[in-house]
Amino acid sequence: MASSNSLMDSLFQRSLEDLIKGLRLGESTFISKSLEEIRREIKLTDLSTKSVALQKLSYLAALHGVDMTWAAFHAVEVVSSSRFAHKRIGYHAIAQSFSDQTPVLLLITNQLRKDLNSSNEYEVSLALECLARIGTDDLARDLTSEVFTLLGSSKALVRKKAIGVVLRVFDKYPDAVKVCFKRLVENLESSDPQLLSAVVGVFCELTAKDPRSYLPLAPEFYKILVDSRNNWVLIKVLKIFAKLASIEPRLAKKVADPVCEHMRKQNVGKSLLFECIRTVFSSLSDQEVPLKLAVVKIREFLMDDDPNLKYLGLHALSIVAPKHLWAVLENKEAVVKAMSDEDPNVKREALHLLMAMVNEDNVTEISRILMNYALKSDPLFCNEIIGSILVACSRDSYEIIVDFDWYLSLLSEMARVPNCQRGKEIEHQLIDIGTRVKDARLELVRVSRALLIDPALLGNQYLHPILSAAAWASGEYVEFSKAPYEIAEALLQPRTCLLPHSIRAIYIHSAFKVLVFSLGVYFSAQEPTSSSLVQESTSSGSSAVNGFTCDSISSLVSMIELGLCSLSGTIDVEVQERAKNILGFIGIIKHEIAEKATSQDSETEVHRAIAFMEDVFSEELGPVSSTAQEKVPLPEGLELNENLEGLQEICREVLEPMAESDYSSDKVSFSVAKLRIRDQEEASSSSSPPLESSSLLAEHRKRHGLYYLSSQKSDDHKDRDGNDNNTSNEYPPANEISVDSFKSKKKLSKPRPVVVKLDEGDEPKTKPDASSSNDERLSRAIQTALMGKGKGKEKERVKENHEINLDTENIEQSSRREKKKKKNGERSSKRSSRRQKDKEASVTKPVEVPDLLL
Amino acid sequence: MIHFVLLVSRQGKVRLTKWYSPYTQKERSKVIRELSGVILNRGPKLCNFVEWRGYKVVYKRYASLYFCMCIDAEDNELEVLEIIHHYVEILDRYFGSVCELDLIFHFHKAYYILDELLIAGELQESSKKTVARIISAQDQMVEAAKEEAGSISYIIAQTT
Repeated sequence: MASSNSLMDSLFQRSLEDLIKGLRLGESTFISKSLEEIRREIKLTDLSTKSVALQKLSYLAALHGVDMTWAAFHAVEVVSSSRFAHKRIGYHAIAQSFSDQTPVLLLITNQLRKDLNSSNEYEVSLALECLARIGTDDLARDLTSEVFTLLGSSKALVRKKAIGVVLRVFDKYPDAVKVCFKRLVENLESSDPQLLSAVVGVFCELTAKDPRSYLPLAPEFYKILVDSRNNWVLIKVLKIFAKLASIEPRLAKKVADPVCEHMRKQNVGKSLLFECIRTVFSSLSDQEVPLKLAVVKIREFLMDDDPNLKYLGLHALSIVAPKHLWAVLENKEAVVKAMSDEDPNVKREALHLLMAMVNEDNVTEISRILMNYALKSDPLFCNEIIGSILVACSRDSYEIIVDFDWYLSLLSEMARVPNCQRGKEIEHQLIDIGTRVKDARLELVRVSRALLIDPALLGNQYLHPILSAAAWASGEYVEFSKAPYEIAEALLQPRTCLLPHSIRAIYIHSAFKVLVFSLGVYFSAQEPTSSSLVQESTSSGSSAVNGFTCDSISSLVSMIELGLCSLSGTIDVEVQERAKNILGFIGIIKHEIAEKATSQDSETEVHRAIAFMEDVFSEELGPVSSTAQEKVPLPEGLELNENLEGLQEICREVLEPMAESDYSSDKVSFSVAKLRIRDQEEASSSSSPPLESSSLLAEHRKRHGLYYLSSQKSDDHKDRDGNDNNTSNEYPPANEISVDSFKSKKKLSKPRPVVVKLDEGDEPKTKPDASSSNDERLSRAIQTALMGKGKGKEKERVKENHEINLDTENIEQSSRREKKKKKNGERSSKRSSRRQKDKEASVTKPVEVPDLLL
Repeated sequence: MIHFVLLVSRQGKVRLTKWYSPYTQKERSKVIRELSGVILNRGPKLCNFVEWRGYKVVYKRYASLYFCMCIDAEDNELEVLEIIHHYVEILDRYFGSVCELDLIFHFHKAYYILDELLIAGELQESSKKTVARIISAQDQMVEAAKEEAGSISYIIAQTT
């Protein structure tokens, strides 16, 4: 009965063609229907039906994302058939769907073994293909001997595939090396180009992971490099040499000649040429002849119309840029032309190259060119340009900038570019320059004034951070400005209602600073000691400030009052509080000013109040080093609890948002207020036995809570970024701390102003230190295999190399084993740490390369 | 090494996928979606290389089909372009003026040819003649098997 059922089914089974035709007509319901059918069909005993069902399933899985892992067992069944057609389908399905977790993997081992030993070379090749794709540790281990036999097979087809499989096997089961390596190396000497390309391909991959172990094979590779005419082979060999030469400089000298030979050939293929150039740039860049030749060839690439070649040319130049900038400079026009190319890849490469070229002399010129491009390009590229200019100019605390006035005007120009989205970075730099470079403050104030006065900028939300920086700068350095009245007016214009509340608060506060400054000037001008009421320059050595007449002061005061009255009822607490503060202050001094200030008595309340406020604003904020906290000496007799866990619990939710916020002031001011309250609570309610000293500390805190840096709360909660601390403590001003532990670097050249630099040390990148026994075994196995080869060559191995190779391999292995969701930066940092390790390795005892080569 | 091969039509339909690195089914569909978006949006005169997630993807357009191969950052892109061309030429020779329909209805044959061409993500056979010879030999074996299956004696043997 069952068999007749299957007969019926097999006669009427939908073939693959029908499936495809059906799919082309209608999609998802058809898929689910066919899946049902397939599930039924695949469970039947008839192998043909099963195999057709499997074929349909693999089609669906490959192209429509249907999961087919449930059919694993059936795939194994199909593979066991003796018919080639079934085997093919079965192996195909296996290669597609099996992974390391498939439970039926064990069942395949025997089947694979049988097929690998079969006399039919096509069956063997099927099995090899499959093994290459799904090989696991166990499979590799069990089938090593078969692969070994096949490596020596007489049929080229089989041998070739076996070589390909070796790569996977070595990867999973390093002990296989002992068995197979010799045969592998023998194949290097084969004359068949197919075999050769396969072998060389395998070695290329292996050397990518661990170049040192394959150094003794260099002579064979050299022979191939010189003799072979096949482009595929040559490209791979060049790659191998690129890796080997970077750890063995003597090789570089030897290899330079053949590489030049290849480059000079008339009809050399572009791919080979490019590979030669790349090898020269990355590993042979110390050799003059190949380097010059390569640069010439690169020029040809850049002039070509083919966008591929242009892109590759630029890419290659960027490889060589760090060491040999002259090559880039020679091709400057080509690079600039490439900036206006249609292709975004080409444009990006050109941008990177331009950035690499920038130095003190040409920074103005290059920025000019780049800003022109930025105005013309689409938003994405525009922001990239602006971003890269910002990064390049601010590197090493503005190393390359000589003329800060020009740079500040450039920053304001950037702010006016329509597509600009880099508000935060520009804000940061404006404030940074203000605090570090005294001489630029005049220009800074001028620039800020221009930004503040313009009402059109208020609507653009990307510019708000810049505006907040401008407001802060105007307030802080108001002594440099010519017309404080204008600034105050700009800060309080009605259109500022478009700003978010936090920035509004900054505006109001700056207006306050302006007011205090003006009052200070006015009243000091009225001192009996001064001779006239007119021009009086302040003590900060700035440009002359217009003296304030009584009328101008009172109009200033009333203007501010008017502007702030409307705000005293806003919803936002911060804005309201500040407005009320200022209004209160104005209330105190108003009557004095209205009285035409005839009294010369400097002891009046008003005078005292104004003097006090001036004092508050007079402390200058400087940049704080990230190590400043550690440099503060602990007072005598102070005993700190190791981990103030109690504090952690209470303060954690409060301190965390603060640590994350860059320059959002209102969060900070609130958290500071909260902390003050909590602090007092904590101090009063803490029952843990504080020693006398810590209770003294708590008392001190209570009294001077205003003046404490909030991050001093928990001593283990160190500042991660000194600058963060600095700017986050600007509001309210009472929280000023001027730490004396910064050092200013004096530059000798006269025109360049002083930039205050700090000893901020970046944490060195910690290298990952995972150890995996597999890689150790692999490299050790390879090295013993090569040593055991003898052939009259003397080799020396150092144990240290193991550890170093271990790390480099681990990095490579772990990066390969992870899911492929890596970011570019992470990858390049791993590679740079690997290169660093390689350099380290070459510093230790070098391997004796056989004399044949030298 | 080559991480995967992807054939996408101009309308975004996937015609062939071959993966040489471990990707789960969900990841595969995500990758396909992302990459199709990037590549199908590129203009005709732009260069054939795209940087994507730290890897490079080399693609070439033949008629209405995009052939994409994802490689490591350090591999030679021009070489991979040649590999793609090599594959297309072999397909052409095998099907005789191959068109997209051929690939749709004989997708498994396209897979087998690709298997002869690339193994473990590396090129294994750079001669077109050899590949053609191997594939035709395999086809003959399949044909022989089919004939045998179609014979009456076999069907009778099955049912009893």
